[in-house]
Amino acid sequence: MAGSMFMTDQAEAATRAAAPASPSRAAPMGASHRRTSPIVPEQNVAGRALVFVIAIMTFLSCLTLGAVSLVRDTASVWESQISREATIQIRPVDGLDMEQALADAARIASGFAGVLNARIVDRAATARLLEPWLGSGLDLDELPVPRLVVVRIDETAPPDFATMRSALTSQIQSASLDDHRTWVDRLVAMAHTTVTIGLAVLVLMLSATTLSVVFATRGAMDGNGHIIEVLHFVGAEARFIAAEFRRHFLWTGLKGALVGGVLAVLVFLAFGWWSSRNFATPEADQASALFGNFAIGLSGYIGVALVVLVIAALTAATSHFTVVRSLSEIDLSQQASS
Amino acid sequence: MVWSDASHQLSFAKVSNPLVFRFENVGLRYGMGPEILRDISLEIPERSFQFLTGPSGAGKTTLLRLLFLALKPTRGLITVFGKDRARITRRELPLLRRRIGVVFQDFRLLDHMTTYENVALPLRIRGREESSYRNDVVDLLKWVGLGERMHVLPPVLSGGEKQRAAIARALIEQPEILLADEPTGNVDPPLARRLLRLFIELNRLGTAVVIATHDLTLMEQVDARRMILSDGRLDVYD
Repeated sequence: MAGSMFMTDQAEAATRAAAPASPSRAAPMGASHRRTSPIVPEQNVAGRALVFVIAIMTFLSCLTLGAVSLVRDTASVWESQISREATIQIRPVDGLDMEQALADAARIASGFAGVLNARIVDRAATARLLEPWLGSGLDLDELPVPRLVVVRIDETAPPDFATMRSALTSQIQSASLDDHRTWVDRLVAMAHTTVTIGLAVLVLMLSATTLSVVFATRGAMDGNGHIIEVLHFVGAEARFIAAEFRRHFLWTGLKGALVGGVLAVLVFLAFGWWSSRNFATPEADQASALFGNFAIGLSGYIGVALVVLVIAALTAATSHFTVVRSLSEIDLSQQASS
Repeated sequence: MVWSDASHQLSFAKVSNPLVFRFENVGLRYGMGPEILRDISLEIPERSFQFLTGPSGAGKTTLLRLLFLALKPTRGLITVFGKDRARITRRELPLLRRRIGVVFQDFRLLDHMTTYENVALPLRIRGREESSYRNDVVDLLKWVGLGERMHVLPPVLSGGEKQRAAIARALIEQPEILLADEPTGNVDPPLARRLLRLFIELNRLGTAVVIATHDLTLMEQVDARRMILSDGRLDVYD
C-alpha cells in the first residue's frame, strides 16, 4: 500500500528535505472530519442559471398542461350535459288538447328504453321562460306558444330517437323531437378543436422547454470540460465520469423542475380558491361557465409530476450525452494524427 | 554538491529490467502536416530513470503524450507493458493509465477540491472507501511536503506546492512509470532540486521515471540516461 511504501526511512528523510520552508497557511485538520467535495462542483453561475431556466420552463409547461387539462374537462362536461337531455316540442294547432297532448308525449317518451324520465314544463315555468321577451303576467291561452316536455336520457344507453320521433308524430301531429344532435355535434367539434389547439400549444411549449433545457445544460457543462479531461487522464472509466455528471445534473434538473411544478400547482390552487370564494358572483359565474371550477383534477396533477420528472431526466440525459461526446472528442484527438 | 553523492550511487537504466515501453520506428504527424516525430526507437525499462530533453518545439510533449497513451502513432510499433498499442481497446485504456502516473506541465488540479481530495482522486474514481486510503494519502502528502496544506484549495497554493500536489496525485496509485512534463518549469532552483530529489527517491522505491525538461542545471545534478529530441529525431545517451 502507498502508506507503507512511502513511510520508509528514506521517505522520512525526503519529507524533511522536500517540506517547504514557509510556515503553514492553513490549519491541518483530520481528513475524516471534512465532507468530501463532489467530483462535479455543486454550484456555479452557469449551474444556478440552469436551475432558473428549468424552473421557468417547467412552470410555463405545467401551466399550459393544466390549461389544456381544464379545457378538455370542461369540453367533456359541456358535451355530457347537453346530450343528457332531449326536448319534445308541441305546437298548438286547432282542435288540440294541449294538456292531453303533453301527457301523451310524456307517456310515449317514458315508454322507451334509455329514457330516465319525461317532465312536462308546466304553464308557470313556460311563462317564466318567455318572461324576458314578453314580460310578466303572460296568459299562455292568448298566444300560440309551443309547450315542452324535457326528456332525461341515460347517457350510457340512449334511446332510439328515430323510433321515438315517429311514435310521437304518429299520435301527436304537431309534436317534434329535438335530441340536440346538431347542437351537440357543433359543440363537440368546437370542444375538440379547442383541445387540439391546446395540445398543439402544449407540444410547442414542451419542445421549447426541451430545447431550452438541452442548451442550458450544455452551457452549464461547458465549464466542466477540464474536469472530464482530468478524470479521463487519471484513469476514470467513461461510465464513471458519465454517472457522476448524470447524477449531478439529475439533481439540478429535479430542483429546478420541482420549483416550477410546485409554483404552477400553487397557481391552480389559488385560482380554485378564488373561484370557490367568489361562488355565485357574476365574475365567478362567467369564469366557471367557461372553465368549470378551475380544478385541474388528478390527471392534471399527474401530468405536472410527469413534466417535472421528464425535465429532470432530460437534464441528466443531456449531461450524459455531453460527457460521452467530450470523451469521444478526446479519443478522436488520439486519432487526429492517423 | 549534495546531489553529486546521490547521483553516482544510481546506475539508472543499466540493469536489464522488463520493459515498460518499447518504440520501434515510431513516426507521428498531425493531420496532413509534416512529421513531428520521426523514426523514434527507444526502450524504457522498469525502475529506470531518464531525462527527455531538447529545444522548445522539438516534440517532447508530443512524445510524452504518446507515452501516456493520449495519442496514437502514425506509423511504427509501440509496446506498452508488453501489449501492442494498436490493439489496446478503449475499455483497456483506463486500466493501463492507472499504471502510468503523469505530472502535467499545467498541473491540472481541480480547483473545487482540496489538495487532499485532488491527490485522492485516482483512488476515489476506483470506488474505494475513503477510510481505506485516507492514511495513504496523508502519508504521501507529508512525503511531498504538503502535510500542512492538505485542506487548502489549489488556487491558494504556490506554484511549487501545486507541482508537488500534482506529483502526489500521479504517485498515489503507485504507478510503474512516472511521466513528468517540465516539472521544474514553474519553480525556483532550490525547489527544483527538492522535486528532483523526490523523483530520485521515488525511483529508488521502484518506479521508472521520465522527466521532460530543458533545464540543463537540473540534468547536471544526476547522472542519468538522456534522451535528446531534435528535429523530431531521438538520440539516447546511456
